Amino acid sequence: MPELTSEERAVLSGEQGSDGQRMAMQVVAETARMLGAARLIPIVSGHIDGCLYHGDSGVLYCERLAEAGARVSVPTTTNVGALNLLKPDQIRVPPGRREMAGRLMTAHTRMGCQPTWTCAPYQAGARPEKGAQIAWGESNAVAFANTVLGARTNRYGDFLDIACAITGRAPHYGLHQTENRRAILLLDLGGLSERLKRRDDFFPVLGALIGRLAGDAVCAVSGMPAATGEDQLKAMCAGAAATGAVALVHIIGVTPEAPDLESAFQGGVPDETIRVDAEMITATRRSLGRTAEGAIDCVALGSPHFSSLECRELLRLAAGRRFSVPVYVCTGRHTLAEIEDNGIEDALRACGVEFVVDTCVVVTPILPATGGVMMTNSAKFAHYALGNTGFEPAFGSLEECVDSAVAGSFVTRPEIWS
Amino acid sequence: MIWQGEALVAGTAEGPVLRLDGPISFWGGIDPQSARVTLGGHPQAGQVISNKILVVPNLIGSSSSSAVLLELLYREIAPRAFVLGQRDAILPIGAVVANQMNWNTVPMVLLADAPFATGDRISIDRDGRIEHAMANNG
Repeated sequence: MPELTSEERAVLSGEQGSDGQRMAMQVVAETARMLGAARLIPIVSGHIDGCLYHGDSGVLYCERLAEAGARVSVPTTTNVGALNLLKPDQIRVPPGRREMAGRLMTAHTRMGCQPTWTCAPYQAGARPEKGAQIAWGESNAVAFANTVLGARTNRYGDFLDIACAITGRAPHYGLHQTENRRAILLLDLGGLSERLKRRDDFFPVLGALIGRLAGDAVCAVSGMPAATGEDQLKAMCAGAAATGAVALVHIIGVTPEAPDLESAFQGGVPDETIRVDAEMITATRRSLGRTAEGAIDCVALGSPHFSSLECRELLRLAAGRRFSVPVYVCTGRHTLAEIEDNGIEDALRACGVEFVVDTCVVVTPILPATGGVMMTNSAKFAHYALGNTGFEPAFGSLEECVDSAVAGSFVTRPEIWS
Repeated sequence: MIWQGEALVAGTAEGPVLRLDGPISFWGGIDPQSARVTLGGHPQAGQVISNKILVVPNLIGSSSSSAVLLELLYREIAPRAFVLGQRDAILPIGAVVANQMNWNTVPMVLLADAPFATGDRISIDRDGRIEHAMANNG
């Protein structure tokens, strides 16, 4: 058993706090025991993936916690739910399921979570600082928090994520511990052209490659352009966390704790070094979806949720043209509020964009049941499209997605990738 | 012969083994409403895991696996017990939570390189000891 403090023991025994707190402490302590963690550590932030409906049992459990007085004790954001609360009829679900999915989301707000309903909480104000111990769910958010913010979290799963937020504690194991953050594998991008590394579609492809090469190992990446933007890092982290169980990538010069290789490897040397060449990047890109010409049925953007900057870029690329197939932009209500104010929302709707807020097209039924081809600029959407929606993925840059949406068929610029 | 595993979730069980020969993530790999293996191309695709002692040498951790196990337990279509080849802290949380809800829970034992094959009958005790059961026993 982990060694608990007197306060933790008092909560676990029910002497102190509500019954909901006792239940949550039991989940955290039992997990620590199963992992062999020596103790629990205090955390300062939570992000809850457990608000997505998987069945009635999870709803009943979260409602029980809320009724038993469980409240989050640290600032906590929510990941996507199964509903667009701002536009309920967008989701094709039977009424019973819709009600339960809504009850699950409500239980989380009752427990004091901020109703952000976004897989990009780090762009909705949740920015824990370097070294902060946090307990986040949602694989892309975990990878972003560790890699870009330098905060420390493992991939927290359903029920444990909310239990950590309620108790303000997490088992002391994995990426909470400095020694486990040491990189094992080095990916050297030095051999790739600067032109390739400036393209926005390079980053999700690189992420997918990292996930496949690293699996669940911590890796380091050298040779990343210094000017890499946050949305590009977001796309890379999401790709790596979708194709592999990646939770931390030391991007030399970007990751706060990895200003140089020596820091990433904590004074040691890589077990293995892989020199990434253009052929590996091209092959990975091709594996993400169809590359042949042909009709497309829709375009899905925003995995992770689109930022205001990405919405602005989409509008610029559309250049006043109208889309001939549905273009779904998945985003958070924080972003929607911003682009409502500056007129971008209306302009994008005029082009034919349909906004999907609080949720996204691969976690809940929004796309037509007929199936077809879904084009995307997201490695994560491409990875989950077929299994979760029945749509065959096609992958391209944002520019290619826009041109294809206008044409209604797949438009590529292969010369750039040759 | 007796194999000594580590009881992640303590309990007793006896029954026929179903061994999952390929890596599997419970989320996306098992349908929580039918307990069927739905992962395309998996050696046990189409089989139902209910009521079996499920031997899982290679578990892929998915953060929603605990929710899938909880749903199986709530619907009373879960396996009788699990023998896991790797330490995992997500799947067992489903059993911890089911216990808090007073739903039936299942023993989970950690044992690397478990030699049990589909069709064997085995028994598990509270301390994580596993042995072959008599053919007509239970």
